[in-house]
Amino acid sequence: MRVKRISIEEVVASDNKTVNLGLLDPVIAKYKNKKGNLIPVLQAAQNIFGFIPREVFIYISEQTGLNLNDMYGVATFYSQFRLKPVGKHIIKVCHGTACHVQNANVITDSLMEALRLNDGETTPDGLFTLETVACIGCCSLAPAMIIGKEVYGKLSGKIAVNVVKEIQLKEKK
Amino acid sequence: MEQIKVLVGMASCGIAAGASKVFEKIDSLKKLENLPFELIKTGCVGMCYREPLVEIIDESGSYLYGEINEAKAVEIFEKHIKNSEPIKEYVVKTNLFSTDDESYWKGQTKIALKNCGVIDPENIDDYENQKGYAAIKKILKENISQENVIQTILDSGLRGRGGGGFSTGMKWKFAYNNKSDKKYIICNADEGDPGAFMDRSVLESDPHAVLEGMSIAAFAIGASEGIIYCRAEYPLAIIRLNIALEQSRKKGYLGKNIFGKQGFDFDIHVKEGAGAFVCGEETALMASIEGERGMPRKRPPFPAASGLWKKPTNINNVETFANVPYIVLNGAASYNKYGTEKSKGTKVFALTGKIKRGGLVEVPMGITIHDIIFKLGGGIQNDKKFKAVQLGGPSGGCIPEYLADTLVDYDSVTATGAIMGSGGMVVMDETTCMVDMARFFLDFTQKESCGKCTFCRIGTKRMLEILIRITEGEGKEGDIEALEELSYQIKDNSLCGLGQTAPNPVLTTIKYFRNEYEAHIKDKKCPARNCKKLLTYTVIEEKCTGCTVCAKNCPVNCISGERKKLHVINQDTCIKCGVCFTKCKFEAIKLS
Repeated sequence: MRVKRISIEEVVASDNKTVNLGLLDPVIAKYKNKKGNLIPVLQAAQNIFGFIPREVFIYISEQTGLNLNDMYGVATFYSQFRLKPVGKHIIKVCHGTACHVQNANVITDSLMEALRLNDGETTPDGLFTLETVACIGCCSLAPAMIIGKEVYGKLSGKIAVNVVKEIQLKEKK
Repeated sequence: MEQIKVLVGMASCGIAAGASKVFEKIDSLKKLENLPFELIKTGCVGMCYREPLVEIIDESGSYLYGEINEAKAVEIFEKHIKNSEPIKEYVVKTNLFSTDDESYWKGQTKIALKNCGVIDPENIDDYENQKGYAAIKKILKENISQENVIQTILDSGLRGRGGGGFSTGMKWKFAYNNKSDKKYIICNADEGDPGAFMDRSVLESDPHAVLEGMSIAAFAIGASEGIIYCRAEYPLAIIRLNIALEQSRKKGYLGKNIFGKQGFDFDIHVKEGAGAFVCGEETALMASIEGERGMPRKRPPFPAASGLWKKPTNINNVETFANVPYIVLNGAASYNKYGTEKSKGTKVFALTGKIKRGGLVEVPMGITIHDIIFKLGGGIQNDKKFKAVQLGGPSGGCIPEYLADTLVDYDSVTATGAIMGSGGMVVMDETTCMVDMARFFLDFTQKESCGKCTFCRIGTKRMLEILIRITEGEGKEGDIEALEELSYQIKDNSLCGLGQTAPNPVLTTIKYFRNEYEAHIKDKKCPARNCKKLLTYTVIEEKCTGCTVCAKNCPVNCISGERKKLHVINQDTCIKCGVCFTKCKFEAIKLS
């Protein structure tokens, strides 16, 4: 169900790092006082910060007059919005029907094992976040995953892990 | 050589399969040797199982090459492009000789997909060269009235391709009849059904067809603003839509007094979805555009009377709009000659799962499921036994093998307990567990339920709990009946399509595969050998090398054995997690 009870700690302040709220000003200028602006504003904010930190909610609310309550309601309803920082690379493993039939579970299991994390978590080095997503529309390439903008298809557990390890190697250089 | 056209299929699926590298390779060779042939990025022809695809059109005809990698691209460049010697063994489709893949094309009739994989989706001129925008221009030039446009759509018998199957002409008529200073056209591109991707393909391969369809609808009902609500998961579709919109505005096809017609103002913008399946439901979709949580509301009032911002609104799906220009241009009769009595025209299906030729097929309504799977789709992967096909995604149902002669039209499919839905066809073989499939769909709908209606919110949760129990070998007598009871309650007491159809996968699998449920519950066995917890893991004596990997990784230490000696799994303490099976490098763990 999309109605979730979330404890207040989940809306984290962004690790004490200062959030450059000034980055939001062009977004606010673009959408202020436009009807139906709430979701585009949050999407734009997330594009800037990678997630929506607590102070960003408050700043947008102050600047646009949008109700903090409504914003929070929307942010927790749609799966796109994140209230926690995410890794540099988000691994989205497709669990659509076609991928499920072609053993998508094995892909997730292998990645969980290789990265030593659970579904939805981020590695301690902040490099990867592992996510399960519904259909990405590449059913004929099942099982598939997306990392960044790259789609990887016809995977096996091994291939998926290798893809991730390659990214890991590149990052270390 | 100026006559040679080289097209590389570059929709998401093609790119995922490696089309970018192939394109770059050909492009670099072209530049290196300074050759004058035309190199074009096109969309998806639907032959996903042969991606990446390269088509070469020369004086002799058209040759579609399949499964092309960089090495093969070089070969094609040298032989075909430079020396006009086609490489027959790579050709998957041509008008010159027969290929193994011929049966995939026979029986297809392309209307909605006619330009997909044929034109450059980022070039409006390409679309216009294929009679693009001719339909809307015809309406304006011949002064066809709004009523007549609507009548043509009514006569064509076109029904909503997003799942509901409601008459498109009727929808338009209602919206037309409601007078208002402002009306909206919405294109529902929130293709959420896992296993369906025709809308993505159309948006990525032929975005102008959707824009033209929307413009015709706007003219017919008198709307001045259009919105395409597209899934954020389709980034390429959004990019190509925005390119198409920009090009249309430049040509005066969108904006004020469009196509030179005084007083015909219509513009379109893209609204990105934010990830909620329920937003495919029209009232939830509008709530989402208005910036709210995507929760459906009660109908009536229907959107045609009071929709977006309480104004008359017409909502159609991508594929529906893509059919409109063809119908207007060629007349209703050219469309309704295909199909059955109540389901006219063609329908696009996404063939996926355990099928040999996965991809998009567009067929006339009324052919059989069997023909789609075996004639077009080439049958089941690895020649396993065909068991069932899931039609309509999480709202649909499983149709068993013995009903494969069911015709694909709205009414015949509904009679089986499944729905036509958006046209996702997931094929399953003997290794797919039907109880697990039901659990999978319930897991999806349970997560996606918006939580507004109690029966959907809590009922799906209870059903999921029961299904999980059954697949884990904890099923009890009475579980099947409890599932059925809950299903009917949820169907009867939910506001929107999500809840009303969520139990379908469970009901159809119980109806057609009750014995599998019973095997799980009574015998604690999974006939498809799919449910992990119901399997027994044993070590195969001849294959075990005594490497100790299984024992080291076993989370409950139930595997014993010395180094270089046979290991044994203690069945009493085994939790059936499957780690030993995946860890063993010698395939020495047996599932039974």
